[in-house]
Amino acid sequence: MSDLNVLFAGFGGQGILFTGKVMAYAALVEDKELSWLPSYGPEMRGGTASCSVCISDKAIGSPLVVNPDVLVAMNLPSLEKYMDDVVPGGIIIVDSSIVQREVEREDVKVVRIDASRIAEENGLKGAANMVILGKLFKETGFCSAESLDLGLQKSIPPKKAALLENNRKAIALGIEN
Amino acid sequence: MAIKGEKPHALTDAPFHYCPGCTHGIVHRLVAEVIDELGVEGRAVGIASVGCSVFTYNYFNCDMVQAPHGRAPAVATGVKRARPDNVVFTYQGDGDLAAIGMGETVHAASRGENIVAIFINNAIYGMTGGQMAPTTLPGQVTQTSPYGRDVKTAGNPIRVCELLSSLDGVALAQRVTVDSVKNVREAKRAIRKAFEYQIAGKGYSIVEVVSTCPTNWGMSPTDALQWMRDNMIPYYPLGVYKDVGEGEQ
Amino acid sequence: MGEKVLMKGNEAIAEAAIAAGCRHFFGYPITPQTEVAAYMSKRMPKIDGVYLQAESEVASINMVLGAGAAGVRVMTSTSSPGVSLMAEGISYIAGSDVPCLIVNVQRGGPGLGGIQPSQADYFQATKSTAHGDFHMLVFAPSTVQETVDMISTAFDLGDKYRMPAMVLSDGMLGQMMEPVVLPDARDPDNDSKEWAACGHGNKREHNVVNSLYIDPRELETLVRKRYERYAEIEENEQRAEEYLTDDADIIVVAYGSSSRVSRSAIDMARKQGIKVGMVRPITLWPFPKKALLKHADHAKAFLSVEMSMGQMVEDIKLAVECKVPVEFYGRTGGVIPTPNEVLEQIIRINGGDQ
Repeated sequence: MSDLNVLFAGFGGQGILFTGKVMAYAALVEDKELSWLPSYGPEMRGGTASCSVCISDKAIGSPLVVNPDVLVAMNLPSLEKYMDDVVPGGIIIVDSSIVQREVEREDVKVVRIDASRIAEENGLKGAANMVILGKLFKETGFCSAESLDLGLQKSIPPKKAALLENNRKAIALGIEN
Repeated sequence: MAIKGEKPHALTDAPFHYCPGCTHGIVHRLVAEVIDELGVEGRAVGIASVGCSVFTYNYFNCDMVQAPHGRAPAVATGVKRARPDNVVFTYQGDGDLAAIGMGETVHAASRGENIVAIFINNAIYGMTGGQMAPTTLPGQVTQTSPYGRDVKTAGNPIRVCELLSSLDGVALAQRVTVDSVKNVREAKRAIRKAFEYQIAGKGYSIVEVVSTCPTNWGMSPTDALQWMRDNMIPYYPLGVYKDVGEGEQ
Repeated sequence: MGEKVLMKGNEAIAEAAIAAGCRHFFGYPITPQTEVAAYMSKRMPKIDGVYLQAESEVASINMVLGAGAAGVRVMTSTSSPGVSLMAEGISYIAGSDVPCLIVNVQRGGPGLGGIQPSQADYFQATKSTAHGDFHMLVFAPSTVQETVDMISTAFDLGDKYRMPAMVLSDGMLGQMMEPVVLPDARDPDNDSKEWAACGHGNKREHNVVNSLYIDPRELETLVRKRYERYAEIEENEQRAEEYLTDDADIIVVAYGSSSRVSRSAIDMARKQGIKVGMVRPITLWPFPKKALLKHADHAKAFLSVEMSMGQMVEDIKLAVECKVPVEFYGRTGGVIPTPNEVLEQIIRINGGDQ
């Protein structure tokens, strides 16, 4: 894999930016070129949030992902807004607990995972984003399992270290399901 | 008061450009005498403002910075924060301090910025030729209030010491004038106290000097002093509006 | 050198300034640069530095003037409308020959405009910051690492030439995270300069930091002297990066965020066999005229790509001395051009579909 451009999108509060951050740190661990670009401004407060992550062996050009290789859609508006932008042969990962809509495209792989329900049933409410990250890891292998765990550790500030285990569990559930 | 012939060391030999009868010269001298007496010329930094006092950087022997119109309190803040051991003072007129620079003044005072403001209130813009100032009295004729200041359209004069005295950061707010030996002595005491408060780290001090502008008022220096006593002092009463005192806080 | 870490552009600006010995920051919150101030407010108290949130950008820049006049390394950061408010102070700083650093994390304008990334302050930064004849050194980073490296250069050259320096970033570069290696920290740079107003200590004549000269001839003489310094800077400090320019028929000229979009477009165009390259100005003032002019003989066209309605394009035209057509493509208001849009322009200039 030389280039991977991922667009994460959903509601503010679903951990969209954090998910991108874990991925970015995992890439940092592997000494890749990378960029992490959040949407910012009033739309963050209760509205939609998105986050572009680019990983490459070469210097990153535009850090804004317009045509993602992978789209992670954690709500319906995000899916509808971005699904046509995904490159042919790309992947769309959908939290099917939240989004029921079918994707009509034949030229992309659609991965539906019941992320919110899986998280909740395992006592990991609010960790659907990490379940999805596990799925993304499984689908793309964007880094080694070791790097992903190191990336997660680096993304969690020492004050919140208690959250590490739950996030690990959620990622593992995403890989299994 | 002993009459001294020589200039204070803190004044340069440059001749003042001020008009005859203007009180800037007296106030400059008082500030310089205080700097001499406290022995702080070597660590004093003065901030010249915009207005008649713009050239103060030529008159004071200490290091000087010339500030944009109204911004002297912000410039003084920068100097003082960078060099806390410096003794920093601004020298501002009424347009500079109370019109264009009111925001900077209120916030420097509110922060308790450890500086001294020498404030010359002569109820008019001098440098630009006699326009209405924020402290121009109701009914007072100026170039831009030719029918007398109508408070219904031009608003009311601002009493700066009263206004600033409500702020916690202010150590000293005192209004003085320099129309008599007694008042000159009181003015110097206030200026000295303001500098001493800064050296003791007490916060923002302002000494408002009710002053004249014979040229732009269109009066002789003597008539101007009398007009000031009859009209300005009743509106801007002399006195101490805030004083945190000499003790530890 | 330290280890590679992930940092937001805005936070990297703050940390790089601290590493460059800056211990004085005055600012006012404005999106999308607020992280600079927030970071400084956290760090400065722990390293014996000064962080002060001013009551306005007007006050911030005058605090910078005061601290700079007192001889310490000092900075502020803001975003586009904030620079408009600082204009007066910047003119005084330039007119008083006080070095300082001003960061502009640009957003869309005019007016309140928007908060998304923009490059519409090019004219403001390079030509019309405020009243009077003067310049700032203007640096335009395109990555977070370059931002970090540029901060110390901007401080050092500002000191060397006794003038304000600006780092012209934008909302995208400010908000994004990239890996960076921070430079080794230098000691705090609070040493007094011989011209500074910080108390003469009874050891020298008084210093006056001033921009007022009533005699027009005296003022003219001083401005002319300053312009001799500017000429020296134009000769020695032009900086640009070249990308695939050697055989290029088309030279894209873009800085900052739009240069990254352009780089992606150039890679796509090269795959189609189009000979296109890029000159990326790193200094916007002095403008890298030399780097552009040397390609005017072999390139068939230049294309300026900007996040504005076309500002730098005028400097490119002047730089290539009318030898080659200079085209323009821009998005504005906070819209970031896509690589595909730029590619379309490259294809069009190249003579249509291959």
